[in-house]
Amino acid sequence: MSRRVVITGVGAVTPLGVGSQPLIERWSAGESGIEDGFGRCLEFDPLDFLSKKEARRCDRFAQMAIVAAAEAIDQAGGVEGLPYEPHRIGCVIGTGIGGLPSLEENQRKMIERGEKAVSPLAVPLMMGNAAAAAVAMRHGLHGHTYGVVSACAAGAHALGDASRIIRAGDADVVVSGGAEAAISGVAIAAFAAMEATSPTGISRPFDARRDGFVMGEGAGILVLEEKDAAEARGAEILGELLGYGATCDGYHLTAPQPEGTEAARAISLAVADAGLTAVDIDYVNAHGTSTPLNDRSETMALKLALGERAGDIPVSSTKSSIGHLLGAAGAVEAIATIEALRRREAPPTVGWEEPEEGLDLDYVPGRSKPIENGEGPLVAVSNSFGFGGHNAVLCLAA
Amino acid sequence: MPTDVTTDNVEKTIYDGLVELGTERGDLSREATLESLDVDSLDLVELAQIVEDEFGVELRGDDVKDVKTVGEVIDLVVSKAG
Repeated sequence: MSRRVVITGVGAVTPLGVGSQPLIERWSAGESGIEDGFGRCLEFDPLDFLSKKEARRCDRFAQMAIVAAAEAIDQAGGVEGLPYEPHRIGCVIGTGIGGLPSLEENQRKMIERGEKAVSPLAVPLMMGNAAAAAVAMRHGLHGHTYGVVSACAAGAHALGDASRIIRAGDADVVVSGGAEAAISGVAIAAFAAMEATSPTGISRPFDARRDGFVMGEGAGILVLEEKDAAEARGAEILGELLGYGATCDGYHLTAPQPEGTEAARAISLAVADAGLTAVDIDYVNAHGTSTPLNDRSETMALKLALGERAGDIPVSSTKSSIGHLLGAAGAVEAIATIEALRRREAPPTVGWEEPEEGLDLDYVPGRSKPIENGEGPLVAVSNSFGFGGHNAVLCLAA
Repeated sequence: MPTDVTTDNVEKTIYDGLVELGTERGDLSREATLESLDVDSLDLVELAQIVEDEFGVELRGDDVKDVKTVGEVIDLVVSKAG
């Protein structure tokens, strides 16, 4: 009897607000959380949720992960409501870079005042596994726990790996997702230097005028749980993580392979892993970064993997509403995807107006539209592609 | 110039430092144990940095490993200076 993986809790901190509901409600309404060229979580104050001591022992990305995880675990019934031994509950959380602001601050202290000014907290603040460690410590989780680092694919890789851990029988629950808070000096300058970010500060994926991504921050955490056990305890099941596909371009440090062949293979693998075929897919939550290269190669990848089906279904990008949350993107977008399927409505690619030759899918311009496919569960793929050519695709149902 | 290492000065610096690290000021007293204040080894290293900045007195991990109360930390700093 093969083990399946369902989602029993979701939590998010995004530029649209604190909570998973502001994310889906405001994105579905076509709103944007981007201000002055950045998708900052302006409503997020860690001291609303954490003690002073807890807050100062976490970089912002880990603070956001703690808050998103608390929402997700609460929705799943709380750790005390999960009838599993703590060593059967894991925590796998992705990030692109980890605690970059903490690294920058301690580097500055060292230059200005010498080595002795460097904080003993510097390493635990900046390490990429800090979010997973903080969430596990807060909730007393003793199963597989680690960070996943694969640039902008990290959130999706984390969820994919977490689902594998459950399917392999090594855990019954994995608290998993992604977190990123790297809107700080070096990262802003570095992305600008490689001309990856939008000089106009506008995120408009798949639009002919797109000129780069908009940096965002936030966290998305899901409670993944073994299906039979979740049903047996009477948990509310929000959706199912049906399949996972991961490949690497092996092509270029930052540019995607232009024809999207390996991205397409990741999509096909995820669909096949779900035991489905292209015609079963009802919606695509695109990686859709708003960079000239990604949106073109991703469109080609979707056509390659899904064939004619790609032109028949809505394809929209959460990044049009919140910017690019880097290592948190795949997880926040998995939540947005599940909630979109539950509402049976594809939120729009906000700001999409001008088509470009070859970019001819239904990018859901203007406003949300129904996802059509009878009365049963709907199925989506959520794409995440990271620098290094890392491709991670999730196949989700709700 | 480092501040004079008097018991009063050290007490003020230690108290302010512990509050900065997240301890409630109302919980502080010379008799309070570090354990009851949830002050762990990482806090003590940060506190040692604050003390060194203020008084020029260097505390190493070995110096504080047997310290149990806030008062003992204060006395240790004063004695190390002397």
